[in-house]
Amino acid sequence: MQVAEHDTADGVAKELGGFLERRREQIAQRWADAPLFRTVFTVSRDEAVEACKAVVDALADVARSGRLEDVQAPGFAAVRDQLGRMAASRTQAGFSSSQIAGEVAGLREPTLTLLRAEFEDSSSEHLEACLLALTVLMGTLRLVVMETSVSAGEELIARQQLQLLEVATPVIKLWEGIVAVPLIGTLDSARSQVVMESLLEAIVDQRARYAILDITGVPTVDSLVAQHLMKTVAAARLMGAECIVSGIRPAIAQTIVHLGIDLGTIITRAGLADALAYALTEQGIVVSQGPAQGGSPR
Amino acid sequence: MHAPPAPTARLPIASDADLAWVRQQVRQAAAGLGFGLVQQTKLVTAASELARNTLVHGGGGHVEMTTLEEGAARGLRLSFVDNGPGIRDVDLAMTDGYTTGGGLGMGLSGAKRLVQEFTLDSRPGEGTTVTVTDWAAGLPSPRTGAP
Repeated sequence: MQVAEHDTADGVAKELGGFLERRREQIAQRWADAPLFRTVFTVSRDEAVEACKAVVDALADVARSGRLEDVQAPGFAAVRDQLGRMAASRTQAGFSSSQIAGEVAGLREPTLTLLRAEFEDSSSEHLEACLLALTVLMGTLRLVVMETSVSAGEELIARQQLQLLEVATPVIKLWEGIVAVPLIGTLDSARSQVVMESLLEAIVDQRARYAILDITGVPTVDSLVAQHLMKTVAAARLMGAECIVSGIRPAIAQTIVHLGIDLGTIITRAGLADALAYALTEQGIVVSQGPAQGGSPR
Repeated sequence: MHAPPAPTARLPIASDADLAWVRQQVRQAAAGLGFGLVQQTKLVTAASELARNTLVHGGGGHVEMTTLEEGAARGLRLSFVDNGPGIRDVDLAMTDGYTTGGGLGMGLSGAKRLVQEFTLDSRPGEGTTVTVTDWAAGLPSPRTGAP
């Protein structure tokens, strides 16, 4: 190795880029056995090696551009998706972000060893500069992986929130003309909008005369939740269905009274069974205890 | 829940998700202090109202949670702080049914009825601080709920 431009940081970065390009194959072969790649690219080792080469290429690109510390360096763009998938896959396997960071840091050692071997003959200062540059670059890679894994996590959370909106509001047909919505969790504006929509749709589809809103699973009923309930009841009424709010626990009842909210216009019942009994009676349906079926006595 | 809650916790109020977090934290702290179920529910509901006020009217802020100990009595103090426009007419704002945010107008006045101690400090243009305090009731029999 000639020591032509080893004085400038830019020169060192360029040299580092050259090294990464030359040793692409060896680095990739070593990385492919690291858990970060081995456990993500499980189909074949070749696949892992290819993935490693893509990362090495990106690093070489970044090094040549001299932006060793820049997370936004254009060189990373090519592998950002791949790194994101890797981080997401490790996260799903139950690894924390600091553990993933540790695994990325683990890629540094084999690369440093190769670099040391390659620059054996050059001056110790030059070797030092190259090692430092490579360490910085690997640190940046770690940041890039962290960044993608965080954004992948945020995406996941947003998606789950949407799923929750749908999952948590099933409308159940209890009887001919009677539907019920068991409400669970926090009833914020978005949730109550979904509840209202699906309930009104069900009233039309099922030709329901009675709709039961069960709030057993709602931990807190404050004035906003009460307002949402009242609006839903009023909307159902406009569609010709009577709403019954059930699942009002003693603590909730006392809280509503102290809060000063008047639910007097709404039919309420303590439990879902009471609400169903009310709706059945109103429709003139009598449920009687008939003779026991099956399991005849001998 | 054996470890007593930290003396002072500061929770941000900047989104709907934060409101849910505040409710959970208040419930946990109140349960840890031996509040009965009814008192827990009342305090959490008051916290929910006040935190929403901080978010909607104050443009966001934070809540400070402090556990109190006076002799054998144990209590929880919550301070909701915002740097919003403040409340011009406190008496009017405390009136049942008065609202500027499209709600029922029961939040502030209702919250006051749900807790034992309630103070409101507001300066127009500077912000509002609402502080509520509840003491665990019924020392001999921890199962009695309401005061």
